[in-house]
Formats: sequence, C-alpha cells, structure tokens
Amino acid sequence: MPIDYYLNIAASGLLTGLVYGLAALGLSVIFGVVRVVNFAHGEMMVAGMYGAVLLGGWLGFDPLLSAPLMAALLFACGWLLQRGLVNKFVERPEHMQFILLLGIATILVNAMLMLFGPDARNVQVPYSFDTVEIGSMLLDAVRLRAGAAAIVVAAALFAFFRFSRTGKAIRACADNPLGARVVGLNIDGLYALTFGIGAAVVGVAGALMTLLVDARPQLAPEYTLLSFIIVIVGGLGSLPGALLGGVLIGMSEALAGFLLTPSMKSLFSYGVLIVVLLLRPQGLLGKRS
Amino acid sequence: MSGLSGVMFSGITGRGMVLLVLAALGLAVAPFVADRYLVSVLTTVLWFAYVGQAWNVMMGFSGLLSLGHALYVGLGAYVSAALFVHFGIGPWAGMVLAMLVAVVAGCVIGFLGFRFGVKGVHFALLTIAFAEVARIGFDHITWVGGSGGFFLPVEAGASDPLNLRGSPVLFYYVALALVVGALFLSRALLHSRLGYQWLAVREEPDAAEASGVDLFRARMTAVAVSSALTALGGVFQAFYFNNLFPEQVFSMGRSIEIILPAIVGGIGTLVGPILGAFILTPLGEALTFLIEAGGLDLPGLKQLFYGAALVVIVVFRPEGVWPWLARRLRLVRQPGEGA
Repeated sequence: MPIDYYLNIAASGLLTGLVYGLAALGLSVIFGVVRVVNFAHGEMMVAGMYGAVLLGGWLGFDPLLSAPLMAALLFACGWLLQRGLVNKFVERPEHMQFILLLGIATILVNAMLMLFGPDARNVQVPYSFDTVEIGSMLLDAVRLRAGAAAIVVAAALFAFFRFSRTGKAIRACADNPLGARVVGLNIDGLYALTFGIGAAVVGVAGALMTLLVDARPQLAPEYTLLSFIIVIVGGLGSLPGALLGGVLIGMSEALAGFLLTPSMKSLFSYGVLIVVLLLRPQGLLGKRS
Repeated sequence: MSGLSGVMFSGITGRGMVLLVLAALGLAVAPFVADRYLVSVLTTVLWFAYVGQAWNVMMGFSGLLSLGHALYVGLGAYVSAALFVHFGIGPWAGMVLAMLVAVVAGCVIGFLGFRFGVKGVHFALLTIAFAEVARIGFDHITWVGGSGGFFLPVEAGASDPLNLRGSPVLFYYVALALVVGALFLSRALLHSRLGYQWLAVREEPDAAEASGVDLFRARMTAVAVSSALTALGGVFQAFYFNNLFPEQVFSMGRSIEIILPAIVGGIGTLVGPILGAFILTPLGEALTFLIEAGGLDLPGLKQLFYGAALVVIVVFRPEGVWPWLARRLRLVRQPGEGA
C-alpha cells in the first residue's frame, strides 16, 4: 500500500512536471536562439492563465480549447516585444538585458494585479473531480489531460525545429548567427519569430496550468524562477533537457510536499538547483561551452 | 590629511563643489525645517541610497550581478533583532555579528560561484536562489517568529540612542551618516589598489588575471564588502520599523528595489545610487499620494511605475542619469567616475 501511495504521488508530480517542462521549454527556446534570458517568463505564463480563466468564465471554454488562442495571443506579444524592444538589446551587456526584462516583468505582474486583483481565480471544468484508474494508480483527470497536452505541444515543437525549413533556419541562427547572416537568413525576423514561439509555448503552459492551480498574480515571479531552475537543471539551450528538468522538479516537488510540509516544497527545487549548478553547471543534458 | 581630501574631492569642478556643499547642508538641517512625513520620506530615500551604494560595490565596481541582496538585508535585520530581543544585546554591538553573518553568507555564495565557474546569468540566479532559500527557511524558524513575523519591543517616547531607540529624527541622522560613510568608503576603495583591481576585473577579467590580479580574491572581497555594508542597512531597517516578515524582508521584490537606485542613477558611479534614490522614492511617494487623493485603491501602480522607470532608463539612459547630468551641468572635470 505505501508503495502505491508513493507511485501515485510520483505520477501526479510527473504530469505536473510536464507542464512545468513545457513552460521551461519556451524559456529555453528563447535563450538558446536569441541569447536573452526572458525574465518575464512567469509573467507571460500567468497572462496565459488569466486568458484561460477569462475565456472559461465568459464563454465556458475548456482550458484545452483556450490554449491555442493563448498561444496565438502570446505569440503576437512576444513577436512585438522582440521587434520593438529586446532586439536593440541583443548586443548589449547581459545585465542590461536582464534589467530590461525585469522591468517588463514588473510592469506585467502589477498590471495583472490591478486588472484582476490579488485573489485566486479558477476555471470550472465538468471533469475537475474525476479520476482515472491505471493499474493500482488513481490519477486526476485534469492532471492527465494537462500532461498529455503538454506532451503533444512539446512534440510539435521538436518536430518544427527538426523538420521544417524555418525551424532549421532558427537552429542555424542559434549555432552561428554570423554564418546564418552570411548565407542570407533574416536574423532579426527569425529572432522575433523565436521569441514569439517561446512566448506562445509558455502561454499554452499557462492555459494548461489553470487545470491544476488557481491563477494569482503572485504566481508570476515564482514561475519565472521555477522555469529558470528547470532550464538550468536540464541544461540551458537543450530542449529535451528542459522537459526532463520539468519532470524532475515536478516529481521532487510533489514528493517533498508530501514528505515535508507543502510550504517547504520549493526549498527542495532550490536545493536541486544549487547542487546542479555546482556539480554540473551545464545542466543534466547541456553541453559544455 | 591633504592626501585623503585630495582623493575625496579630486575631479569636482567649482560648480560641483558648490552643489555638493549645498546638498550636504540641506540634508544636515532638513529635520529642523521639514515635517514628520517629509523626514520619514527622506529617511527612506537615504536608506535606499545606502543599500544601493552597497550593491554598487558588487555590480558597479566588480561586475558581479547580484539579484539577491535582500538576503544580506534580511540576515542583518534578523541577527541584530534576535540578539536584541533574546539576549538584550543592542544594535551597536549586534551589528558586528550581523555583518559577520552576512559576510559569511556572501562568501559561501561567492566561493561556490567563483570556484565552480558560475558566471553572468547563472551567478545572478545563484544569488536569487540563496535569497529564496533564506525566505522559505526563515518562514519556518519559530525562534524568530517564522512566517508570523518578528517584532521588536516598542516603547512610546523612548529615547535610548545606545539601543537605537528614539525619535524619527534620530533615525534620519543615522541613515544620513550611513550614506555619507558609504560614499566616502566607496570613494576611498575605488582609488585604492583593490578598487583598481575591481575595475580591471569588471572590464577584462582575462587581461586582469594575465597582469597578476587574483580574480578570486578580488571578487570575494567585493562580495564581502558589499554584503557587510548591506547587512548594516538591515540592522537599521529592523530597529526603524520594529517588525520583520520573511515574506517582505527576503523577497525578490525587495532585491529589485535595492538595485533600482543604482541603475537609475548610474551603475558604477558614486553619486548614482544617491541620485537614483532621490529620484525614485519621491516619485513613488507622489504617485501614492495622487492615487489616494483621487480616492482610488490601486495596489501595484507604484510597482508598475518602478517597472516602467526601469525600462525607460535602460532604453534611453543605459548608463544612468548621473553621468549624463554631470556632463551636462559640468559638475565633474572628467566624464565618468566619481563625484
């Protein structure tokens, strides 16, 4: 019986971790190509959450249905942000980029606080209390759907980068910006596209997240840090690493929340981060630069 | 002494000197002419100018981006408050231990970071991670109140400067002394052998190392000086506000507030953090005042403004307001460093 208990917790941690991993994937894509750390990542994610909450409230949309809409909206925002502001900072010192995005993050999170207030808001779905039995495990229907959707989106993203011409062009940009420019690629356009894709991915992750937790503005900085932790644990610039890191952090959080007190679960993630930074600074699946 | 004053005031034009004296005089007599509210605002300004100056030692002088300076504020505050509440040890003695604890924390982070080659973004994240660990950790330390907060005993009308208990005017002058002290210390450090090493490490680490600078030592001393100074700001905060909550003291938002004055005023300059604090805090106060006068309740507007200020500054005046102002008004002989 106790083993089943732990299996159950690990499995639900894994499913939550897939959504975390998806969010981190967006961060990883942006960093891997544009070489800018998106400090407003969690803020974008919570924007995606509020989008799903609003669509659910007004039109009764399921978060799974809101997800593609949020992807489109955040793609546009990310694209504009890169075109309008971030692109000017690509060549600037690292701390300048950091400060710029920190400012944008601060604006976003407080704008959401003013618009939606500090209270938690959620989406009603008919299957919110359903459970699915798999073997001896009992899993929440919401968690299963969120995890499955995260896998689908991540797979689509991998396929895009692997097989499409644009995806290959973006990877060329990431590997060698100068070389990419020499062969005639429109670097600025591809950067904007990449930032848009990263934002769209985190928007989807946000919409899916509403299945699991209630939307609050205070979540934004937490998710920014969480995405960072995951990306660093998995390896900066490595897409499979981000997903793996997400699953790892999700499972360790779930187990820590169960074994210790829930309020100490994020302590565990920071512990994992510090250990990885020291023992393997390039991350689990990252390459040494 | 002429050597010291030569270092302290070199490079300032006549005009700059007049302005400096006027500003010093104005701040010295401010409590006699200003009302209670204004004194409290000025105290806040001075506090941010001070911790901004302390942060500047790491980022501005040595190029080490710390986004977790709330950690040192919090450690300084909690250590001195715990000594006072539990053992009756006053802040003047307690600050020694407070600074020591912060320096040890800073050196642990620095050691881990520099020995294992954690650089740039990663180093900044390491500093955030430690501050967050402290925030969550202190939430669970019941000896200092946990998440419910830690309170210092308050007696109405108490006047006991030896224990830093007294009127707002006392705190104003303590804050002013901190700012002046940090300014002179920074200036002296910048013109010392160590200061030149810091600048070299900031600009070209490889070249600095090649010419014999011990990178590890230079960076570690920068972290130590910065964390010790910041911890003093924490001691002040504990005895000024008399309450501490891990959620506020160690928060990421606090760390950002600490870096704002230096960024707005000018990273790596001596006057920058002070000027930045004098720009930001009054603007924030004015905004709060306007919102309240308008009968609106908009939490977050002030922070939104700070975010916008960050973006505007970093886009239009990336080097900060002070270098630009000093050039325009010809306050210093050479553009760039110094007051």
